[in-house]
Amino acid sequence: MGGSIAAIGMGLAVIGAGIGIGQIGGKAMEAIARQPEAVGDIRANMILTAALVEGAALIAIVVAFLVA
Amino acid sequence: MPTFAPLFKKGAARPQNMIPMHRNILSFIFLFCFSVFAFSQANHEQPTGEQPAQTEAGQPGAIDGGAEQGDAQGQEAGNSDDHDAGCGPQEEHEFNPGATAFHHIADQNIYSIGPWSLPLRCILYAPEHGWSCFSSAKFHADYHGNGHEAIDKYVLVDGMVHRINDPSFPDGEVEVGHHPYWQKVKQDDGKEKDVPFICYQAKLYPAEARSTADGGLFGGGITSFYDFSLTKNVVSMMLILALLSWAFLSVAKAYKNRDGQAPKGLQGFIEPIFIFIQDEVAKPFLGHKWEKYLPFLMALFFFILGLNLFGQIPFLGGSNVTGNLGVTMVLALITFFVVNLSGNKHYWEHIFWMPGVPAWVKTILTPVEVLGVFIKPMTLMLRLFANITAGHMVMVIFVGLIFVFSKSGENAGAGYGTAVGSTILTLFMMSIELLVAFIQAFVFTILTASYIGAATEEAHH
Repeated sequence: MGGSIAAIGMGLAVIGAGIGIGQIGGKAMEAIARQPEAVGDIRANMILTAALVEGAALIAIVVAFLVA
Repeated sequence: MPTFAPLFKKGAARPQNMIPMHRNILSFIFLFCFSVFAFSQANHEQPTGEQPAQTEAGQPGAIDGGAEQGDAQGQEAGNSDDHDAGCGPQEEHEFNPGATAFHHIADQNIYSIGPWSLPLRCILYAPEHGWSCFSSAKFHADYHGNGHEAIDKYVLVDGMVHRINDPSFPDGEVEVGHHPYWQKVKQDDGKEKDVPFICYQAKLYPAEARSTADGGLFGGGITSFYDFSLTKNVVSMMLILALLSWAFLSVAKAYKNRDGQAPKGLQGFIEPIFIFIQDEVAKPFLGHKWEKYLPFLMALFFFILGLNLFGQIPFLGGSNVTGNLGVTMVLALITFFVVNLSGNKHYWEHIFWMPGVPAWVKTILTPVEVLGVFIKPMTLMLRLFANITAGHMVMVIFVGLIFVFSKSGENAGAGYGTAVGSTILTLFMMSIELLVAFIQAFVFTILTASYIGAATEEAHH
């Protein structure tokens, strides 16, 4: 039982991270389309922000693993 | 993702390269298909070859399924009657892709490349027995990494050294049953755990895994022995270390000898990556102190990148070094110390007493900031570990689909059909993982740079 609740928690964490990273990626694409010459800066910041969002999801997943 | 496109000269050689490139990819796909078939063949011959030895325990020599295994192995299978006898037949279990994946990404005390396995040095310490040092070839491991010998109570299960912590089990070298019997055992904390049991003289002995420092969080804990061996991961790390040292020393020499000339060969490969990290990571995040931290960032980046890429070379052991929590923990710990030891007054002020914020907010902010000091390296550790491990597992699970759909060889047609599909999927995933190898090395470095940058920033308010 604990395992299935943990699995649901993992799923929720992934949904959150998915929305977050999707927003980052989408906005970055828009920004690149608007200002193609700034592609390098935008890409580096995009990866950095995506990594930070991912970190929150990773902590949630690890907690779910520990509970399961 | 870090493409180096702007750094390379565009165009020019493209059209002539197109056709051979396609041919290369095609031939690689065929080779890969062929290898997967061969692999699947080898894998379902294994059970048919071994089964007579177990089920027909009364008739030694009645081994007809092991035609591919040769005489020597046939004889060993005959011998196994004596050593597995009395412990009952092993229960048939269905192919479990998850368990197979976990077995493949785990560290091992042997280095197996295809059908060959290179023995590695085992350095083991048990408090009640003292140090033991021997080559893992002494275990006489089979294709699956299960040892046929016990040495000073140490046995090899799935390529990893285990210890039988039972005073009635003899020291020295004794022959034991060839297959571990996995049974569920209830732990003290009420959780169930799969424990391998080794058959010796018609009795089953539980084998303990090596001690781990996770305090039981990830199913490990302190057991009866410690493993300081040269494992597969350690050997891979040494290999990458030697390769990187050679590459960078020779490139450094080339810069000295070819001063003022265009880069050539290895120089031309390393230089754009080096410049990319220097200009995109070190300079913007570290300001005027970038030169001080550049060696650290470069060492991190190339070490992680080298290990990520090395683990993705097919049929070369697939060592999962950066997907090992211990390795990433050490990398993150180094970052933790570099960041906090180079932190200046403003860094600590922002953690413990954030300036320009009302006092009641500070009471909330300070615990969060203090936690952040530890959470930052922890996410570094987990991110690298999770990404690389997930990549390796996906690969094994796609190949494992062949055995799921063919019902472990019963339905060969479905197996061949799935093999084609899963080969294409695996190739697709491999190309994604190639990107991930770069991205994760880059992310680890850029986050480290940003943490150092935040810790060393001068005040400007």
